[in-house]
Amino acid sequence: MTRDITYAQALSEGLVDSMESDSGIFVTGIAVDYESGIFGTTSEALRRFGKTRVFDAPAMENGLTGIAIGAAAMGKRAVIVHPRNDFMFLAMDELINLASKWRYMYAGNAGGVPFLTRAIVGRGWGQGATHSQSLHAVMSHFPGLYVGMPSTPYDAKEMTMAALRADAPTILFENRALYNDKGAVPEKIDSPRIGGARILREGKDVTIVATSVMVREALTAADALAKEGISAMVVDPRWVRPLDKETLAHAISATGHLVCVDTTWELCGLASEIAALAVEYCFNDLKAPVRRLTFADCPAPVSAPLEDAFYPKASTITRACLMTLGVKSSTDFGQIDSIDDFKGPY
Amino acid sequence: MNFDNDQRMRMHKDMLLVRVCEEGIARVYPDQEIRTPTHLGSGQEAVAVGVCAILERDDIAVSHHRGHNHYLAKGGDVYRLIAELYGREDGCAHGRGGSVHLTDRSVGFLASSAIVGQMIAVATGVALSMKMDGLRNIAVSFFGDAACEEGVFYESLNFATIHKLPVLFVCENNLYSTESPMNVRAAEGTTITGRAESLGVISESVDGNDVLVVAEAAQRFASKLRDGGGPMLLECMTYRLREHVGPFRDHELGRSYRTEAEYLEWVERCPIKRSGNQLVADGLASERDLAGWEEDAERMINEAIEKARRADWPKASELFKNVYHPLQILSAK
Repeated sequence: MTRDITYAQALSEGLVDSMESDSGIFVTGIAVDYESGIFGTTSEALRRFGKTRVFDAPAMENGLTGIAIGAAAMGKRAVIVHPRNDFMFLAMDELINLASKWRYMYAGNAGGVPFLTRAIVGRGWGQGATHSQSLHAVMSHFPGLYVGMPSTPYDAKEMTMAALRADAPTILFENRALYNDKGAVPEKIDSPRIGGARILREGKDVTIVATSVMVREALTAADALAKEGISAMVVDPRWVRPLDKETLAHAISATGHLVCVDTTWELCGLASEIAALAVEYCFNDLKAPVRRLTFADCPAPVSAPLEDAFYPKASTITRACLMTLGVKSSTDFGQIDSIDDFKGPY
Repeated sequence: MNFDNDQRMRMHKDMLLVRVCEEGIARVYPDQEIRTPTHLGSGQEAVAVGVCAILERDDIAVSHHRGHNHYLAKGGDVYRLIAELYGREDGCAHGRGGSVHLTDRSVGFLASSAIVGQMIAVATGVALSMKMDGLRNIAVSFFGDAACEEGVFYESLNFATIHKLPVLFVCENNLYSTESPMNVRAAEGTTITGRAESLGVISESVDGNDVLVVAEAAQRFASKLRDGGGPMLLECMTYRLREHVGPFRDHELGRSYRTEAEYLEWVERCPIKRSGNQLVADGLASERDLAGWEEDAERMINEAIEKARRADWPKASELFKNVYHPLQILSAK
């Protein structure tokens, strides 16, 4: 049965469902057993499985990740939660120098070390330079990890379940701004799996490849473009590693116009990777230069008007699509941007 | 002394195997056929052998960049170690890991890795799993004195104390981090055991060049760990006889951070010489027995080297093997 639930509820369901079928799963990290339960995503797991399987940890991102590796080698599966993924930089050694390479550099003889890192990304409300980055481009650089970015409640559940059945260490980037979004999610998901992009909206004039919270913005842009008589396709890669190049290339070739929108910076970022993919696989189908929309090339500011200028959003995506199509419009698309109703501080 | 004659002879032979292996590698290393940065453990045998002597097969050991000693002492296959150094498919990591990434899970040697301090957390995670499963096994993490300067050391010890984990932290203090002596790395009057104690980890510093002293302390600690008394730290004072990485002795290359006189002092305290003298003094072996055991080890190592040099290389067509599990189906093309 399918019903409408929030992204946060979907994360919780994916976790609880997986913990029910695998008694080796445990959840740890700062604040995971607080009453607030990581914005409600760990509360039900705590209620059902208790403090032996959902327990608080000191501030020790790197050590905790190494502990997840050791526990995984013994057959357990940790869920490490970073309430802000900026702190995950502190775990880079264990994640990159060990977890991602474990199966390969011991040639499978030391087994695999699957565990899930939940990397929560802050956005807006003055989160500022060190609480609003999304490390997905950095983390996807390294072979041996799986990296996903659920953008809808359905994906929040399905990708969590896939991650908790995967054979390799997996990082899921959950944007805090999506937590209250509602969408249709089945009570039971039978065969969750790693990988696979999703076409959220078909279109024939321009292809918008968008990630995470930018998917929502891209869908709003596609509505605005429709009113201008332009048919925009919206594609969500969902998984950055493995990247579903085939679906993306088909989607790009179908329109010949590409706008990539991402939740990190441009240089060496995912938008650039998608642009490279377009050039490598769709060169003869491209009708105009590829456009990238990313964070402004500065650290994230706090003050509201600066923050407003910092992020791509529906109106800037709409304008970028018109530009790549060479279409002029007198519409002021500023009206389409949603009012940020996020209640701070966190 | 609570070790019987067989155990004492076994420990001596195990130390001989490690020493002869390391010296054999040093001998062929200049040929440039072993192409992997190798940190030889000659001089530090008593730590690995003394601790592993009291471990059970299902106790799990992890190690660091100077890890041949622990791999061999835990029972790791000699030929597969040598083949790994030669980059062959027969290697314990099929030529994908090299000297600093060893594994032999069949004997409870989980893994070694090169980044200083990294594996301390892994051992802590192994111990967490053991505790969750109610096992009486223990995890052992071997690391050097420099690892005690890394954040992950403090994170891991703190976590292990909070959860009372069955993990034995074994610090091999060989006095130098590459070429940096202790006095540029720690304030005067501070000790590694003191730092560990401040985190609630019961700690003791012992002569790491006396295999019986190490084994006795490890035995005492391990039995407490099995009864839920963990975690504990054993600091073993020792000395590496060769350079940080590579086959030579520092003074042979004219390096000044350690003197030849200091080296010779530690040669006098060689753990194998001491163990041999004790065995002879206690009437457990003759000088001839000791020489015979050494020859046995040499034969074994030489055979392993010759076999490894003739062994098959990995196939380039298998470059991507084991990045992910072979059965995981990826939807991406």
